[in-house]
Amino acid sequence: MPDMLRLASHDGALLGAQPTPADAALAVRGMTVSYGQKPALFSVDATFPSGVMSAIIGPNGAGKSTFLKAALGLIPMVSGEVRFFGLPLAQARSRIAYVPQRASVDWDFPTTVIDVVLMGRYRRLGLLRRVGRADLALAQEALARVGMEGFAHRQIGQLSGGQQQRVFLARALAQQGDLYLLDEPFAGVDAATEAAIIEVLKALKAAGKTVIAVHHDLSTVADYFDHVFLVNVRAMAQGPVASAFTTAALSQTYGGRLGAGQLDQLHPAKG
Amino acid sequence: MGASFVQFSLTPMLIGVLAAIACALPGNFLILRRQALIGDAISHVVLPGIVVAFLVTGTVATMPMLMGAGAAALVAVVLIEAIRRLGRIEPGAAMGVVFTALFAGGVLLLEQSDTSRVHLDVDHALMGNLETLIWLRASGWDSVIDPVALSHLPPELPRIAGVAALMAVLTVIFWRPLKLASFDEGFARAMGLPVSAIGLGLVIAAAVAAVAAFDAVGSIIVIAMFICPPATARLMTDRLTTQVWLSVAIAALAAILGYVLAGYGPIWLGFDSAVSAAGMIATVAGLMLGMACLWGGARGRVGVAPGA
Repeated sequence: MPDMLRLASHDGALLGAQPTPADAALAVRGMTVSYGQKPALFSVDATFPSGVMSAIIGPNGAGKSTFLKAALGLIPMVSGEVRFFGLPLAQARSRIAYVPQRASVDWDFPTTVIDVVLMGRYRRLGLLRRVGRADLALAQEALARVGMEGFAHRQIGQLSGGQQQRVFLARALAQQGDLYLLDEPFAGVDAATEAAIIEVLKALKAAGKTVIAVHHDLSTVADYFDHVFLVNVRAMAQGPVASAFTTAALSQTYGGRLGAGQLDQLHPAKG
Repeated sequence: MGASFVQFSLTPMLIGVLAAIACALPGNFLILRRQALIGDAISHVVLPGIVVAFLVTGTVATMPMLMGAGAAALVAVVLIEAIRRLGRIEPGAAMGVVFTALFAGGVLLLEQSDTSRVHLDVDHALMGNLETLIWLRASGWDSVIDPVALSHLPPELPRIAGVAALMAVLTVIFWRPLKLASFDEGFARAMGLPVSAIGLGLVIAAAVAAVAAFDAVGSIIVIAMFICPPATARLMTDRLTTQVWLSVAIAALAAILGYVLAGYGPIWLGFDSAVSAAGMIATVAGLMLGMACLWGGARGRVGVAPGA
């Protein structure tokens, strides 16, 4: 085993020794987050290259979503440094698009699909500027890209889980970012939605954008993603899927919570 | 509707309508954020604030009273936040603890202090004195453009009008941040919106509305108007813009209907005296909410946690 781990910590040390690589879409150093007394993340170093699709993987409670939220400044860090494209968060916000967990909002809120997508334009619209024709066209196009063009004036409470997820993705598209951060985008969605979402994400990558997603389905990692970051409170492994998504790294990350049979079915690179 | 209407009914009605609207506007966002009780909390802590202001200044002048009430509202807001965060308990419980404790403290202070010679009492705090806010200088509708008569309007009227206008302006200016932060706090924060400041600002605006309305109409209307018109409107529509407009209309209607019913309802029923306008306005608002629950079209739930 510990080859992978050693490699990971070695990577971390390299990251620590050098200035943060400016070409990385997201680089995190020494991130520690705690809920009460218990650390949710401890001294995590992670680097996500730009222009590829990365997955954040780990067991339940490993701190995957926490990592994303702390990087975005949604929850406070005890310590740590975060750089987006080599810049601090405040200077990089306009390049970041975010898809929160679907279950984190009240879908009974009195608003429509197109209105939610237009929220992706609020940063540019400011407080009082009217929603222009260009913004509206952009929002409509974002809806079309996720296959929801017929739903613009639907009340959001009438959507299925998969449709809600598509609307959230459309809102992120309307943000026109360079980096797309998605928190469990495939949780509780139907197969058609999962396929539609992955198609949109792959198109983003083809357009030179960066995608980082919290992901829990190990069986699709190799199909969907180029780069993985395995985390369980500490950074366990990271790198290209071919070299870092190994049986050894997975059993280390999941700490025996995966059976040997399960691991075999995943066909990760042999570690 | 002649001179006596302008003298005795116009100003109380207007004050009732404006107080109802001033509370209903922030109330829309409070119910969407499941903070509806904050109006209740604020209107209760106003009492100790006023008593302390009286004890400190020794007068019942309006400004010290309002400042005491405002300060108490802020103290309550900070206490609620502190208890919620440090004690890790749900916001409803934090509000409940703070407002009952502070209100009880206010009652004790009121009993202990020599307030018998001033008109500070619990009845007044609850019901206000809407019926006494009359415009004796008016001689008819002409007075509405008569500067001398206008200068003798009850001071509560321009005060609550100013606050209602302030609420309307704030609602328009901060529409997008309020909507986004109420719907999706995480996304709003990621976008760089100061979500905590928006939440605090909303509560402070609610406190300003509550204190101004309390001064004119007592805490019963404040509590009712933070919740009833927005909740009624919420039951009738699935669009936030429509909801806010409807809530304003419902608040105004409840105030007018309640005022008229309080004055004439008992007489129509054969009793010989009117009932409290503030109490009747709050009752009407509650009845309207009840009717919307029974027959309201669009939807069925208000302020239910996601997934519930």
